Amino acid sequence: MPGLGHAYLRVWPKAIGLGLATVVFVVQFTVWGAGALADLVTLGDVPMQHNSLFMLITGVLQLVICAVFAIVVVASVRDAVHTARRIRAGWLPERGWATTWRSLGHRGFPWLVVAPAYLLMVFAVVFPVVVTVFLAFTNYDFRHIPPARLLDWVGWENFGQIFLLTSYRSTFLQVFGWTVTWTAVATTLQIALGVFTAVVANQPFVRGKRGFGVVFLLPWAVPAFITIMSFSNMFNDSAGAINTQVLPLFNLLPGVEIGALPWKTDPLWTKVALLGIQGWLGFPYVFMLVTSILQSIPTDVLEAARIDGAGGWQRFRHITWPWILLVSAPVFITQYTGNFNNFSTIYLFNGGGPGSIGNGAGSTDILISWVYKITTGGSPQYSVAAAILLLISTVVVGVSILIFRRAQSLQMEA
Amino acid sequence: MSRSAARTLVLQVFSYLFLIGLAVAILYPLSITVISAFKPGNLIAFRLEWSDQWTLANFARLFAETPYLLWYRNTLVIALATMALQVTVVSLAGYAFSRFRFAGRSQALKFFLLAQMIPTTAAFAAFYVMALLVHGLDQYWFLTLAYVGGGIPMNTWLMKGYFDTVPVSLDEAALLDGASRLRTFWQIVLPLVRPMLAIQALWAFMTPFGEYMLARFLLRSPGALTIAVGLQSFVADPRTQKLALFAAGAILAALPIVVMFFFLQKGFVRGLTAGASRE
Repeated sequence: MPGLGHAYLRVWPKAIGLGLATVVFVVQFTVWGAGALADLVTLGDVPMQHNSLFMLITGVLQLVICAVFAIVVVASVRDAVHTARRIRAGWLPERGWATTWRSLGHRGFPWLVVAPAYLLMVFAVVFPVVVTVFLAFTNYDFRHIPPARLLDWVGWENFGQIFLLTSYRSTFLQVFGWTVTWTAVATTLQIALGVFTAVVANQPFVRGKRGFGVVFLLPWAVPAFITIMSFSNMFNDSAGAINTQVLPLFNLLPGVEIGALPWKTDPLWTKVALLGIQGWLGFPYVFMLVTSILQSIPTDVLEAARIDGAGGWQRFRHITWPWILLVSAPVFITQYTGNFNNFSTIYLFNGGGPGSIGNGAGSTDILISWVYKITTGGSPQYSVAAAILLLISTVVVGVSILIFRRAQSLQMEA
Repeated sequence: MSRSAARTLVLQVFSYLFLIGLAVAILYPLSITVISAFKPGNLIAFRLEWSDQWTLANFARLFAETPYLLWYRNTLVIALATMALQVTVVSLAGYAFSRFRFAGRSQALKFFLLAQMIPTTAAFAAFYVMALLVHGLDQYWFLTLAYVGGGIPMNTWLMKGYFDTVPVSLDEAALLDGASRLRTFWQIVLPLVRPMLAIQALWAFMTPFGEYMLARFLLRSPGALTIAVGLQSFVADPRTQKLALFAAGAILAALPIVVMFFFLQKGFVRGLTAGASRE
């Protein structure tokens, strides 16, 4: 029990403080916590009286409280052992209240200032994630909406449904396949366009660099939802500006003959449009980052390479590109994960459509927009959505860990 | 003309062609939207056409017939609250992670790195149930806390990276002179990271202007929406769409952000590369 070790060592301020914390926890647990945990197990047995959702949430809250207390226990044991060792080594611990208080203000400063960040993280990241994990194992859907109906634990049924039910599995695999393609192509496109534009615009002879720079930043500065919805209108099959204004302009060129394209009604053309729009939206950030990196490359290195006979492509390939990658590799990784979860572009452009490939998914839906539709549609399947969300998070985090391991940036920090 | 001079000329011509082409591709859709806001009558689709009659009627209708001003106020309130809270929390945490070696530091940093990959805003079922329990539906404080919490992992990393570029000897000198930890942070170190603070403030401010998913799910009554959710309702259904009103509302929403963006742009470049180069 926390505090006993410190009491034995006669470090009274800490012993009393930790003892009080323990008493508070024990009282909280017996009065409220034990019941909350029991409710989490049963999820209630009387409809209308017991709200399974609230029971689930309060149960999770109690789990978080228990976890925090467990951390306190471990930390206090460690501190007691540490203090005991130092006493044996002939060092006198702080036993007075005033000195303890002062050292808490000094050594405790880092904990004090990160505490708000931790608290908010628990509220907005840890708690929702844990609740989602639990929801994925219940039968929360449009047929079971508390408080009229109770929820039950159903084990791996939701995951089983995704992988074993043929219709679900084929939808899942199609959506997953497009999600991966979308992430790879759209992100590579926006990075390539950003790097290429930066290199072209940064050539010494180019005039009006500032003007170009301002224009190229506009897609980033204007809130994305506005441009996506504008594009959605412009790509309208019959009246949209692309078909009625832009394509006729291209047709003026000799030998070019393009009819109106089915941007919104043919899955393939919708995908083409989506990729183009994402390139448009995503390249300015890379452009700006790479521009500032290019300006930091010492010119004498490039000059030396030129004198040694290296051509433009060789100089880019062996000097400029490695230099860019060194600084911006982590940013590039977050661009990929960002597009994996890029709800706005997919959903606001064409609602994930056209058409349907079953189970509420449209032909251009990615996992996250599919989750959104499953949750908000006419017959919501909250628990299946939670299960898919878990799968998404596992994939993203797993792949990121692998990449970061290879990039060794985690090790450098540790 | 020598061969190399000809090659240089070709390179220059193609470079300018590319840059001008890209600039046109950016300006075209944006100017279409802007022009449409000032066109009279009912628009069916955006087109780039010079009109003889310019009108402000769309703006008048926007204010009179829709709750746009309410949405604008809601978004501003959430944006300002998110900005104030996030900048405070993130700069304090970033400072601690940069300067102190405390227990749990490296674990927390790793956790933050992975947490930023998880699409937490998509956990709306969880947020919805939480909101039900604490009566957070239709409430700005709930959405604000969700935005701030979700933004913490990535921005703490960026902030820490920038604090790392400020020499620790400055802190030590201030502490030797008898300044408290908080005062050292506030008066010595914080003024030196202003470019990064500007980025943080702008990003936090932009979050509620751009976020659609969670706002759509947690804000239910028509007067409580944010601009993103509200404007989407103008164009969601092709049969009842109000295109001109959408364009007018979009301009008013984008204007303050674009102005702030270019105002803070200089600090941006410095802040981003300094943070990134720490890896």
